[in-house]
Amino acid sequence: MSARDEILTAVREAVRDAPRGQPPGPQPTVPPTDRSAMLERFAALAADYRATVIRCKASEVSVHVLKALRDARRVILPAGLPEVVVEAVSGRLGKDAVAADAAGHAELEGFDAVVTTCAAGIAATGTVVLDHGEGQGRRALTLLPDLHVCIVRSGQVVPDVPDAVRRLDPQRPQTWISGPSATSDIELSRVEGVHGPRTLVVLLVGDR
Amino acid sequence: MSADAPTFLGMPPFPEAAHEALGNEQLRHNLRRATGTIRDKRAQVIGELDDWEGLRTRAALIKDTALHDLDRHLVELEEQLVARGVTVHWARTAEEACMIVGDIAQSHDVDEVVKVKSMATQEIELNEALQARGIAAWETDLAELIVQLGHDLPSHILVPAIHRNRTEIRDIFRAEMGQVGRAAPEDLTDDPAQLAEASRLHLREKFLRARMAVSGANFAVAETGTLVVVESEGNGRMCLTLPEVLVSVVGIEKVVPTWDDLDVFLQLLPRSSTGERMNPYTSTWSGVTEGDGPQECHVVLLDNGRTRALADEVGRQALRCIRCSACLNICPVYERTGGHAYGSVYPGPIGAILNPLLKGVGHDEQVDSLPFASSLCGACYEVCPVKIDIPTVLVDLRAQVVDAHREDRRPHAEAAAMRAGAWAMGSSRRMALGQRASGLAGAVLGRVSRRANASGRQVLGWLPSPGSAWTRTRDLPVPPTESFRRWWKRTR
Ligand code: SF4
Repeated sequence: MSARDEILTAVREAVRDAPRGQPPGPQPTVPPTDRSAMLERFAALAADYRATVIRCKASEVSVHVLKALRDARRVILPAGLPEVVVEAVSGRLGKDAVAADAAGHAELEGFDAVVTTCAAGIAATGTVVLDHGEGQGRRALTLLPDLHVCIVRSGQVVPDVPDAVRRLDPQRPQTWISGPSATSDIELSRVEGVHGPRTLVVLLVGDR
Repeated sequence: MSADAPTFLGMPPFPEAAHEALGNEQLRHNLRRATGTIRDKRAQVIGELDDWEGLRTRAALIKDTALHDLDRHLVELEEQLVARGVTVHWARTAEEACMIVGDIAQSHDVDEVVKVKSMATQEIELNEALQARGIAAWETDLAELIVQLGHDLPSHILVPAIHRNRTEIRDIFRAEMGQVGRAAPEDLTDDPAQLAEASRLHLREKFLRARMAVSGANFAVAETGTLVVVESEGNGRMCLTLPEVLVSVVGIEKVVPTWDDLDVFLQLLPRSSTGERMNPYTSTWSGVTEGDGPQECHVVLLDNGRTRALADEVGRQALRCIRCSACLNICPVYERTGGHAYGSVYPGPIGAILNPLLKGVGHDEQVDSLPFASSLCGACYEVCPVKIDIPTVLVDLRAQVVDAHREDRRPHAEAAAMRAGAWAMGSSRRMALGQRASGLAGAVLGRVSRRANASGRQVLGWLPSPGSAWTRTRDLPVPPTESFRRWWKRTR
């Protein structure tokens, strides 16, 4: 018998007489009663895990992206980012300093920063979720550069994890990000910045 | 480099190993500090949720019903993975799994792989197997790196180097990093930020160079063929994203039926393990994504004793475990002995039941001693996010161990039980815990094994606890379901 058949047979045998229950079904979600409190919470909890959080109006996005980029010299701007952002960044740094992608890992290592949109924000945990679609690029783009500026539209923020799970598409690769990379492996003292971007800036846009 | 890496093979039974660990002051100090910190953080973030209990119940039910229909879910998972370009392998044993991974590595002609921390690959001793075939396996999780560079063994599920303090870590980095890659800076201090930076630089070149990665998975979603890796440092993202080939070794019990089921687990796991509302990074992927990440993906579905555990009526609940390690952090025995005494990659209360369940009892003294490595205080059950009733499983396994040795001329089990007993009674605090435990054992036994003696008084036929082997020949009164101390505390 193949390993597959043997394992499946053993599984069936093992639970043959076990009592059966009903799975509980999806956890009910409750729509937010107070949107502005929810956005406040999202901002506060993202900051609690050491992301830099900036709230701004839609018209101020480019200004704040430029501020957040500080002295970054080369920046990845994935396809699908708002045009105003692309124009502002390439206007300041020059066309050669920005790219929508890089050819290989080594070339990508030469970029200091990446600016993206996201697929969702989660208020109860201060998390941003990328599904690597429009404006976010393939996964490596948000991994190797040391600074990640993430634009979150206020309408994308949901109250809690179940709301996010419902609205995300499992067929897309996803990266859930809660603050910058961190470790607590040395005497459990938290250190930011091990392998992923050491600085995460969250721009929460709208509702202001 | 891991040629001289130790393994858990041939570890002495728990009482001896524990005795040795108890003499190690540094270890106990490191552990007390670490588990205390994590317990406080955990309590705080759990307090933020309205209905932690409801989540636990839901999670236990999801896992239970998933395990009951595991064959169906596994077949569905396989179909979904294959449809998304993944090659699915099945491994009955550790050897088969290691063989599969080694063959994939060899077919790509690689002599090194980068690894994301994974309990399953530690369990099957994949690194050693790859090493034997001339393939270096680089651990990339900071704690795993500390363990690997220190030629050491992991002692905690989540923080495998929890037994090391910062100065020890600095010394290991200084001495060892240069042997296997980019050396630590000359002036490296024991500041955690500097140590983390040294590991960032040391591993970066490996991430950029590696053509193959090996991961585990925290969850595998049958309905969508999605694997999930929950991590903190970004080393997981590096491994899951940069190499061309990705092999994920997944225990068959990791399956959850639907994508929606993840909502419960992504709330429970980070809060229960690191005491965070959410861990820094969670990656999910459903097979191969064109133009993004590894273009060749393999999944190895691993049994290695899981179907044996599944067949154990009382013990099968252990397969719900999401490896959060909360039961280790709360356990008074673990806090004093550390993880190595359990002689397995799965230490602490969960290890004390999972190892005997996966391996079976009656043929290895070390494994047989584990169900006695507990005071049955019940704290592990109270914290477990998937409500595994560890004390009840321990009690049942003790009985199984005693049964397995019933025919022995040599009094193995009795000796083990007595040693564990002597140890448990060694302090008044432990005694207090033991009394809570005997109340618990009383409740359990009251249901299953009461019989009347000549005078009609209820007695225990046997007592599956540190005194079990004893009571086969001596009738003991049934312990009251509430111990005197607890009654006193309650009614005073
Ligand atoms: S048994 Fe429960 S508490 Fe222990 S590691 Fe597993 S899930 Fe966590």
